[in-house]
Amino acid sequence: MKFAIIQFPGSNCDQDCYHALANVFGQPTHYVWHKETSLGDVDCVVVPGGFSYGDYLRTGAIARFSPAMKAVADHAKAGGLVIGICNGFQILCEAHLLPGALIRNRSLKFICEHVELRVETTDSPFTNACKKGQVLRIPIAHGEGCYFAEPEVIEQLKREDRVLVRYVNNPNGSVDNIAGICNEGRNVFGMMPHPERASEKILGSEDGKCIFKSILRSAVTV
Amino acid sequence: MNITPEVIAKHGITPDEYERIKQILGREPNITELGIFSVMWSEHCSYKNSKPELKKFPREADFILVKAGEENAGIVDVGDGWAIAFKIESHNHPSAVEPFQGAATGMGGIIRDIFTMGSRPLMGFDSLRFGPIEGDSAQAATNRRLFAGVVAGIAHYGNCIGIPTVGGEVYFDESYNGNPLVNALCLGIIRHDQIKRGCAKGVGNPVIYVGSATGKDGLAGAAFASRELTEESHEDRPAVQVGDPFMEKLLLEACLEVMRKNGLVVGIQDMGAAGLTCSTCETASRGGSGNEIDLNLVPKRETGMTPYEIMLSESQERMLLIANKGREKEVEEIFRKWDLHGVTIGKVTNDGMMRIKVGKEIAAEIPAAKLADDAPVYHRSVEQPEWEIRNSKFETRSVREPRNCQTILPKLLASPTIASKNWVYRQYDHMVQDGTAVVPGSDAAVIRINLKRPDFGYTPKKGEPTEKYIAFTTDCNGAYCYLDPYEGGKTAVAEAARNLVCSGARPLAVTDCLNFGNPMDPHIFWQFRRCVDGLSEGCRAFGTPVTGGNVSFYNESPVAAIDPTPTVGMLGLIDDPKHITTQWFKESGHVILLLGDIGDELGGSEYLKRIHGLKTGKPPRMDLAVAKRTHDFVLEIIKKRWVASAHDCSEGGLAVALAESCVSNGDCMVGARVNVSQFKQRVDATLFGESQNRIVISATKTNADKIMKAAAKTGLPVTKLGATGGRTLKINTAKGELSYEVAKLRDLWWNAITRIMER
Repeated sequence: MKFAIIQFPGSNCDQDCYHALANVFGQPTHYVWHKETSLGDVDCVVVPGGFSYGDYLRTGAIARFSPAMKAVADHAKAGGLVIGICNGFQILCEAHLLPGALIRNRSLKFICEHVELRVETTDSPFTNACKKGQVLRIPIAHGEGCYFAEPEVIEQLKREDRVLVRYVNNPNGSVDNIAGICNEGRNVFGMMPHPERASEKILGSEDGKCIFKSILRSAVTV
Repeated sequence: MNITPEVIAKHGITPDEYERIKQILGREPNITELGIFSVMWSEHCSYKNSKPELKKFPREADFILVKAGEENAGIVDVGDGWAIAFKIESHNHPSAVEPFQGAATGMGGIIRDIFTMGSRPLMGFDSLRFGPIEGDSAQAATNRRLFAGVVAGIAHYGNCIGIPTVGGEVYFDESYNGNPLVNALCLGIIRHDQIKRGCAKGVGNPVIYVGSATGKDGLAGAAFASRELTEESHEDRPAVQVGDPFMEKLLLEACLEVMRKNGLVVGIQDMGAAGLTCSTCETASRGGSGNEIDLNLVPKRETGMTPYEIMLSESQERMLLIANKGREKEVEEIFRKWDLHGVTIGKVTNDGMMRIKVGKEIAAEIPAAKLADDAPVYHRSVEQPEWEIRNSKFETRSVREPRNCQTILPKLLASPTIASKNWVYRQYDHMVQDGTAVVPGSDAAVIRINLKRPDFGYTPKKGEPTEKYIAFTTDCNGAYCYLDPYEGGKTAVAEAARNLVCSGARPLAVTDCLNFGNPMDPHIFWQFRRCVDGLSEGCRAFGTPVTGGNVSFYNESPVAAIDPTPTVGMLGLIDDPKHITTQWFKESGHVILLLGDIGDELGGSEYLKRIHGLKTGKPPRMDLAVAKRTHDFVLEIIKKRWVASAHDCSEGGLAVALAESCVSNGDCMVGARVNVSQFKQRVDATLFGESQNRIVISATKTNADKIMKAAAKTGLPVTKLGATGGRTLKINTAKGELSYEVAKLRDLWWNAITRIMER
């Protein structure tokens, strides 16, 4: 499966995602510079974590206007897979590829720690290799990870089974313990925790592999 | 502006130094030149007071590629063509005045020192000291504000730039009231052939300025850092720089890209302390050349800046680069990719002069080598302070032994100096870069270096290793150094080495940050000299040379000097990931051993301070020969895979080490039952004494037997203390049993600082 990782100025998990996909999973992976208008030959786009454009103004607010993001939107529209991790999730929300927004953590502090996530549905290309109800131990590292959306949006997400992962112990005040959601077409996924940081035993957890395995499995079934 | 004696004094230049300046120039300096001399000859840049002492450090070894004092950071060989660059630096004074930006730019500055060498930063560390944070006093509130601000500043910078802050230490003590210590460290990876120097060579080569525009922030910060803090120090706030980690991230990526492209860069130096002044004269001095720059070409944030202000500005995120003539276009192209502007502001000359022009007019003209290297050197007088003699006469029997020790351990575990620092490190992204193998909270941080990362600029060939493992720690007990600077200095090095071997690493090299009071005071200089003596001896004992660091004098609040705090940062190598060892007990049924003599030293202990309100006595003695034998032994048994956990005994003594072994991993808390009644001495000394060279080890029964036998052979004392298991920690003493629920101890230890800070 062919992966592309978007590099914004200020991205800092791009190399980690590359390592997980290219070295751990052995998948052909390439970078796409933010100024580029084409993603190249790609099945799944990764919008990585970091502080794109310094996250000045608002997290993800500037990144959404980059040429590469226009290409990501087109890719999503055509049904291609997109996963946004941490800052990537924030950017996907700002770009309206996902509903809602990520605001300051309730503690008003940056939080970095391993948390437990519960897989709420396996009906998605991002969780189909997990078990429903499975608890994954994956780190978070964010200052603005508190998911917020209007009650009717939350209702819709629930009704359409679009909350893919929830926090077992909510670390940041996210509405309804939401840690990751997908779009209506179920091909765009955003999550605050970092599966790429939990893909090797040496890093203390391999639970993040579940997410990448799902993506690879969906390539087979598509 | 007229150069009056008042103006000279205001620049911290003595009449003798002024004469020296006149001699060098062959005339009177103008105000810009005076400013340039004042920053370059400040202690921060010239080490004029500390140089003779620093020469005592062992600085040579065959694995050292860049020595202490040669460049922005020292570099050591770690095999297979790879090397590690690392350095620690203080940002105490700025952090006292403006904690958030002071600490943030401390991190930014040290990161620049590392990538200036061509090295990719892998991790940060921070060693912090504050006044006490508990209670309702105004002082405590100030200390909390400083603590919170500093931590937030480090988090802000490190998190944004994407360099994990993986460890450090925080101590709280009255002596740091009003003068916190913020020592920031950065470590990076580099190939031997990627090393760049801060050196200007090749007449006519362009001098290129990259990064943020120059503003009035941080004016003469180096000079500001080289004097005492006073009531008026808040007026120095313009001397504190403002950091932009996003800009530094761009600068980091762009500079590494430029440096990795063959033949573009001749030399490169960051503009840190003394900004444009330091980078121009030092590159010229190292290159045996001169340079000429035009201040009209320097990007500026505001109009109307004088040459004096431009030269002395310490605006952050700026680099000076000497490129090969004819390759400017390629350099500019890379910077443009990163939306940065590289501006040619001058050229390398061969007349040895640092010539600063404004258009055609000369604003300053100074022989570069003399400015950079001919600062005066002072041999300060020393005198042993009477408090050391007085404190050394303290006898333990003057303190009544508590009838019941049950309540003491919980108090010590909740003491902010001992308690878990998760309130701090949870604010730091300590996992970015996918390398953190042991997260903060064990004896040392352990990093897996993934050599296949494309951003390291080298693809390992077949048969070459694709990973390396390192451990890192910083250590220093200021109270020990206050009571006996020589023993304290030795102990700082030994504790660092002990933390590394407990993690499975072989100690390799040291960087140090020497924080002291006013060096003009003979008592302070005595502390400095004795600490350096102790550090030097320690470094020799472990074969860990000093590769660089920083001296910070004038750490005095309006009341008194800080405790002498020579922070030691030590790098260790782990030969095999299977050797990585952590401090917490792993499962029930393991045997608990104490390696080393039990000892009964209470002097300088956290117990005396917290429970009896005393900072006195002789701090624990440090026998370096015993330390070395102990470390070698621990490493040997770890390599044999006999050790399930290893934790060094430090602040709080044996009882705290045992409790921490039970509680420090929240996912795997294991109780223990131990017996210390065989030690026929004061129970408080057994439990809370801080005698050195002791390590608590747990192992399976079979392995414990092997360890006991091996220890007997080498003549190292080892005592079977008990076994792991259950949900309680039970300590049987000569005066009855102490018993604690592990979950309760965990809560006290884990949440103590959060409770104080989030109240």
